[in-house]
Amino acid sequence: MADADTALILARAQFAFTISFHFIFPAFSIGLASYLAVLEGLWLKTGKETYLNLFRYWLKIFALTFAMGVVSGIVMSYQFGTNWSVFSDRAGPIIGPLMAYEVLTAFFLEAGFLGVMLFGMERVGKGLHFAATLMVAIGTFISAFWILSVNSWMQTPVGWALNDVGQFVPAAGWIEIIFNPSFPYRLVHTVLAAYLTTALVVGGAGAWHLLRRRDTPEVRKMFSMAMWMLTLVAPLQIFVGDLHGLNTLEHQPQKVAAMEGHFQSYPDGAPLILFGIPDSAAETVHASVGIPNLSSLILHHDWNAPVTGLDAWPRDQRPPVGIVFWSFRIMVGLGMLMLALGLFSLLARARRRLYEWRLLHLSALLMGPAGFVAVIAGWVTTEVGRQPWVIYGLLRTADAVSPIATPGVTGSLVAFVIVYFTVFAAGTIYILRLMAHAPKAGEPRPAEQPIRTAGITPAPSVDRRGGEADPAPDEQAR
Amino acid sequence: MDLTVVWAFLIAFAVAAYVVMDGFDLGIGILFPAFGVGKERDQAMNSIAPVWDGNETWLVLGGGGLLAAFPLAYAIILPALYAPLIAMLLGLVFRGVAFEFRWRDPGHRRYWDFGFFVGSLVATFAQGVTLGALLQGISIEGRAYSGGWWEWLTLFSLLTGVALVIGYALLGACWLLWKTESPLQSKARTFSHFLTPTVLAAIGAVSLYTPFVEPRYFERWFDYPGLIVAVPMPLLVAGIAVMLWRSLAGKRDWLPFLLTLILFLLSMAGLAVSIWPDVIPGRVTIWQAAAPYESQLFMLVGALVLIPMILLYTGWAYWVFRGKVGDEGYH
Repeated sequence: MADADTALILARAQFAFTISFHFIFPAFSIGLASYLAVLEGLWLKTGKETYLNLFRYWLKIFALTFAMGVVSGIVMSYQFGTNWSVFSDRAGPIIGPLMAYEVLTAFFLEAGFLGVMLFGMERVGKGLHFAATLMVAIGTFISAFWILSVNSWMQTPVGWALNDVGQFVPAAGWIEIIFNPSFPYRLVHTVLAAYLTTALVVGGAGAWHLLRRRDTPEVRKMFSMAMWMLTLVAPLQIFVGDLHGLNTLEHQPQKVAAMEGHFQSYPDGAPLILFGIPDSAAETVHASVGIPNLSSLILHHDWNAPVTGLDAWPRDQRPPVGIVFWSFRIMVGLGMLMLALGLFSLLARARRRLYEWRLLHLSALLMGPAGFVAVIAGWVTTEVGRQPWVIYGLLRTADAVSPIATPGVTGSLVAFVIVYFTVFAAGTIYILRLMAHAPKAGEPRPAEQPIRTAGITPAPSVDRRGGEADPAPDEQAR
Repeated sequence: MDLTVVWAFLIAFAVAAYVVMDGFDLGIGILFPAFGVGKERDQAMNSIAPVWDGNETWLVLGGGGLLAAFPLAYAIILPALYAPLIAMLLGLVFRGVAFEFRWRDPGHRRYWDFGFFVGSLVATFAQGVTLGALLQGISIEGRAYSGGWWEWLTLFSLLTGVALVIGYALLGACWLLWKTESPLQSKARTFSHFLTPTVLAAIGAVSLYTPFVEPRYFERWFDYPGLIVAVPMPLLVAGIAVMLWRSLAGKRDWLPFLLTLILFLLSMAGLAVSIWPDVIPGRVTIWQAAAPYESQLFMLVGALVLIPMILLYTGWAYWVFRGKVGDEGYH
């Protein structure tokens, strides 16, 4: 019995580990692919070299990110079977076709056109190349569509019936299954999160160069574009997130109770617990700091509305509170910081100091990785909050696992940890190295040898226009 | 129209597409240490850099399609082949990142080159072992795999593993023969010369061993009507191998690759003959594992439109990068 528990925890840990690593890459690729399409489109439309240089700059980073997303993604598609075979058998008839469509409409599309996008600029006309870039961007979005539909069906399963071997089979139209109750909210929320993540990375990179006084037209342009994206999307995301939360309240109230830290039900209005240490055994939140009635206001738009706490459900149907409570707060907190940064940049723009206000740049730099932290925190909230179910209310996680003994799962988990940390840390370092160079005129293509390679060309460097070492004398006067 | 039969064919098609397309990618990885550091290795990479990702996607369709069309089979096979599949996935990680990483980090290029080689080798060997393990049979109880941790590991599965390594290496060598010029092309030609009889021997060994792994394969091939295929098949394979051998000295650089493709397709046809109509050989038929009609129909409608589209734009991408590997790509 204990060994089965251990094997279960290990299988869950392995899935959580591999999916978290995996999601970091599409969280960036989805936004970046669209950004690249925008940059190439603007170049074609305006003819301004700045856009081409930015396109080439971010294309190199995209290539690295995308490759890591692909290899970590294949792992996921096989892990459903290797470690969650009961889930695969039972849910396969419904989620299988959705994932098959993901492969057919998204994976092939992005992979098929990626080669032309990365290497084909000299081989096809400008229009065709732009079409290839668009196809890759569209492919990333379509991929998000299908996989989020699958995850959403696991959260809010509809349109199913049980056959005589225990499989969940389709019993309604596929439109109803695909557009299950939580899907629209989760889709918009996640895609906006991807765009925000990208905006923060681009903004952070731009801020870094501005802080280092590498003030090229390219750096300015990308910083400005990123800040606009942030300013417009952050508030929208907060609004969408709220709607998503209200939808979750309707369909997965235990998850919201855990997010709120509400062990007890509140018949006359529930406090918004800002901070505290949830204790599932004692069913209380220690050292809690809360605002009375605010939770009722947010959840039901009524100060005194009753709010159901976890006491409404038996213990074995409650999600782990501590993790969900804190991951939710991390995500929301970062969302608020993103909003603040957007407003800060707006203020800077109004004062015509967008490229000069170093405090803004420092803030943007620090917020650079915030998107990644927020998306992982958000996914932890929704997935751990779904426990103990893998298909909400229908199939428990504990009953869905493959019959693989502990040594087997231990071995694979250790292998994944070692390989992922080695490979993806290296990849991240390469991306950071690329970002450490400022985009500039004459930006090399992905396949070109950069003018400066590590340690080969002595500084001061060959090309001074980027202000790499000291700014050229004529650039110092502003 | 029996949708289950249609889907069996589609999954087989996806697996076949994967084998021949990623086969040459992995084959180049297997042969990689034999290529000279610098221009030769860069050229070898450049010959597949624009297409490897699309090629690998057929593996996702094979696995994902299996989940969707034959969920019981997916749920039994994948845990049964846990170790080889995990090894394959990890090998593919190193293979996949090598393209970009070796380029971005000249200081550590030889490590990523080694990763490219080992990743390709491990992934290929794991795929071959998977094939052998499936053919020899896996233990099932109810709707789940019931064998132990090592059931997949036998002399037969090791043989199929080695055979696939040799086969992919030949595919990779012929691809390079087609797509590159001297000196890399000469090396590719030399490898192809060595690998052609080796592949023939490997096919022969596996083909001779298979009927003795399971009695029903013996019956399938040596009883009527299997005999109709069993007699001409070795002649056909040998004939193609001879043609391949002779094409290596010829002027048509694309011909060896085409003939190797045909060898692979013949081998896979042979496999199909062996296992039809099972999806888990000797254990579970396609009908026993099939997803419900509604699921298979929903997917089929899309697949019939999308697969031709995929083939079209994939073909276009290959055509864009036609001809000998020149100076574009990483250099």
